[in-house]
Amino acid sequence: MSESTILNLPDQSTARVPKRNFITAEDGLLSWLLTGDHKRIAMLYLISITFFFFIGGAFAGLIRLELLTPQPDLVASDTYNKFFTMHGVIMVFLFLVPSVPATLGNFLIPIMLGARDLAFPKINLLSWYLYVVGGVMVIATMVLGGVDTGWTFTTPLSTHYLNTHVITTALAIFVAGFSSIFTGLNFIVTIHRMRCPGMTWFRMPLFVWSNYAASILMVLGTPVLAISLTLVLLERVFGIGVFDPTKGGDPLLFQHLFWFYSHPAVYIMILPGMGVISEVVSTFSRKRVFGYTAVAFSSVAIALFGFFVWEHHMFIMGVSNYSALVFSLLTMLVAVPSAIKIFNWSFTLQKGSITFETPMLYAFGFMGLFTIGGLTGVFLGSLGMDIHLTETYFIVAHFHFVMVGGMLMAFLSGIHFWWPKITGRMYPEAISKLAAVVTFIGFNLTFLPQFILGYLGMPRRYHSYPPEFQILNVMSTAGATVLGIGYLMPIIYLAWSLKYGAVAGNNPWQATGLEWQIQSPPLTENFTEIPIMDHEAYDYDWLEHKTKQEVTTVG
Amino acid sequence: MGISPVLWQFLERWLNNSALFPREASTIAPYMDALYFFLLGMTVVGVALVATIITVFSLRYRRSVHPVATQIEGSTLLEATWTIIPLGIFLICFVWGALLYFRIYTPPVNSMNIYIVGKQWMWKAEHPGGQHEINALHVPTGQNIQLTMISQDVFHSFSIPDFRIKREVIPGRYSTVWFNATTPGEYHLFCTQYCGTNHSQMIGTITALSPADYKKWTEESTSGMSLAQNGERLFASMGCNACHSGNAAARGPSLAGVYGTTLQLTNGAQVLVNDAYLRDAILNPSQHVTAGYSPIMPTYQGQISEDGLIDLVEYLKNLQTNYRVHQTLTTSESDQAAPITPGVSQP
Repeated sequence: MSESTILNLPDQSTARVPKRNFITAEDGLLSWLLTGDHKRIAMLYLISITFFFFIGGAFAGLIRLELLTPQPDLVASDTYNKFFTMHGVIMVFLFLVPSVPATLGNFLIPIMLGARDLAFPKINLLSWYLYVVGGVMVIATMVLGGVDTGWTFTTPLSTHYLNTHVITTALAIFVAGFSSIFTGLNFIVTIHRMRCPGMTWFRMPLFVWSNYAASILMVLGTPVLAISLTLVLLERVFGIGVFDPTKGGDPLLFQHLFWFYSHPAVYIMILPGMGVISEVVSTFSRKRVFGYTAVAFSSVAIALFGFFVWEHHMFIMGVSNYSALVFSLLTMLVAVPSAIKIFNWSFTLQKGSITFETPMLYAFGFMGLFTIGGLTGVFLGSLGMDIHLTETYFIVAHFHFVMVGGMLMAFLSGIHFWWPKITGRMYPEAISKLAAVVTFIGFNLTFLPQFILGYLGMPRRYHSYPPEFQILNVMSTAGATVLGIGYLMPIIYLAWSLKYGAVAGNNPWQATGLEWQIQSPPLTENFTEIPIMDHEAYDYDWLEHKTKQEVTTVG
Repeated sequence: MGISPVLWQFLERWLNNSALFPREASTIAPYMDALYFFLLGMTVVGVALVATIITVFSLRYRRSVHPVATQIEGSTLLEATWTIIPLGIFLICFVWGALLYFRIYTPPVNSMNIYIVGKQWMWKAEHPGGQHEINALHVPTGQNIQLTMISQDVFHSFSIPDFRIKREVIPGRYSTVWFNATTPGEYHLFCTQYCGTNHSQMIGTITALSPADYKKWTEESTSGMSLAQNGERLFASMGCNACHSGNAAARGPSLAGVYGTTLQLTNGAQVLVNDAYLRDAILNPSQHVTAGYSPIMPTYQGQISEDGLIDLVEYLKNLQTNYRVHQTLTTSESDQAAPITPGVSQP
């Protein structure tokens, strides 16, 4: 075994991907479209969210291309407004929200718990269909001419002043929201009811804990989004006047409702990513996650506090100064569990035996960028500072540091980490390390200049801008190009690895999770017999002991 | 290996004309920047700390140096440290930010008031002296200026980055912000809340003038009628004076001197009469009936523009006596070219 990697592959001359596994179990398109297998549904999700990620990314590219010059010269203003709306709607509702839970979560949570499937396989499949219906409606919007409300649907702009396809888009998000509710519901029931013998709450991998926290947010938060979008529809179609001041309504009410979901939504997006980082950091430093209980509870704390900070999106909107005080204080409190997590991951490295494979590089990227993203969030939570920074590129940069620098890094880390488990084959290591580095550099080049632009006061969603802001925008666009390459590379080499990648074997990373103790790709039923959990999560001594025993038995 | 002189010139000009940090052009700006540098320091230290920990551990405990990991459960002491210290720092950010917030959103008394009306996609500024500006605002330096703002359609947001102030401009409700410009010059005005097609064209120029220049500007750009005088005309032409005549037997309450007082309403509420109350009482009178009067006033919703409402509010703010209301009622030609009233001439 090499000094610099823990990678432990079977002898390639004799190794084969197991003939019988969940992919080969049944043939034909219908066997995929009508499947109840959580792993196959995860694959369906993976394909569809990747598709939408690249559509959303294409819009991002167009936005950055337009902003290369101060003049509004590439497209008309309406078109530009549609670009950033479609970018936001697709990336938030069709990529970030389902990204880790619906793919990796769907695939791994039952296996990590020692179960054969999620609690409700058919509801799981239904949730994918709802996602697809939502996605098709968004594409329909795009084809029919787009929508330009911004992903926030601010009233009364969205209800009275736009004649684009607001209704179709709002309905699409409404439908996609139910997909997320069903996923959350499925996870909660599975985690409560389907843990294998011996799998106590505090033996669960932290990935399960963070998905559990996110599921609570999905189930409790998403209905509020559905309500607020329904009210937008009713206002737009029938003029019921809930948000119309001339009819006694309150236009700010919409934002209260919208952010009541959409703030917890950012935790829906980031928490599962944090779960991935816990798994990866532990595996590649061969150590139990430092302060397991603190990390587990900090996920739950984030989920709870996350519901009581929504007004920090509205500090300048004429809310009462005293309510702003309360929400600012709560915002500061919600920052603490994230800080705890970062330090716990860092100290997991202490006295470990660290190797630097691709998932670990992405995890390091996550830790650095998420720290910046989190701390710049404190700027925005600090009331006075928020006045100057909100609605500028500062907030764009902050959000992208958390969501792209944080979440997308975590997603890619997880995809690389579990790729051998999902497909049975390894991705190519050298080029994927290069992709991780390219992504990191491109990301920083894209979004660091935006912090400076934000403090200069450049408003977000601007089609044109004063010429003195150009140089920073050029840097940002250049960075976006690099970032784009960084995201295209995995698609190509991961596809290549499906056929030509090295055979991974059961446990290439010598990780402790239950998912690594079964064959790759797993059988449809996951386990031939239900395992009994007789050790803590991340117990590397147990793993070593088990491996030794196996060697003696076989030998 | 030389760079083309044309390209060099271009690069040089481009770099020289680039902005990296906004100017500090209001009294609030240094306070904002102080907090900003504190937060920036916190971020740099925080990121450096995390990066250092990761780097040091990665070097010391990489597999080739440290082949066997030592299992550690955790450490309550360490975890308490990194819970309490960040919490303490975040609480400092909270208190500091809150102080700044209250400073920016609490206009000092006796500041000069300018009305702002936002609409798709322009800013209209109305000075008390009757000067109107579109996508521009002239202000004197060294004076506290309060902006009373309202939107005629969707949400807008009034932002002057060089002054470090911003406030949402809301349909159907007055919002206020204040500043005190320190340096004469021209500054960007942005709408920062996405408001439809030409959002990025809803920009303007703030011109800060020395008090002498400002005086000159107000004299040169007057439209001849102050806001209050416009309001007085509206008050008569819409027939408000028929009921709000100030007579003992009048059907509506006297409005002279009502601004700034506390009113008892028929629904039992006690309200402070300010700009927002006056506006609401005109548009939605049945919810704002002064105790002792019957709810007979019709709504003026949809019959009067936001500009007209501002005129009326400004008129009522300065209405000290009912003398001219009576005169208007008794003199048929009195709504023409009214001379300046004593109450109105000193805004």
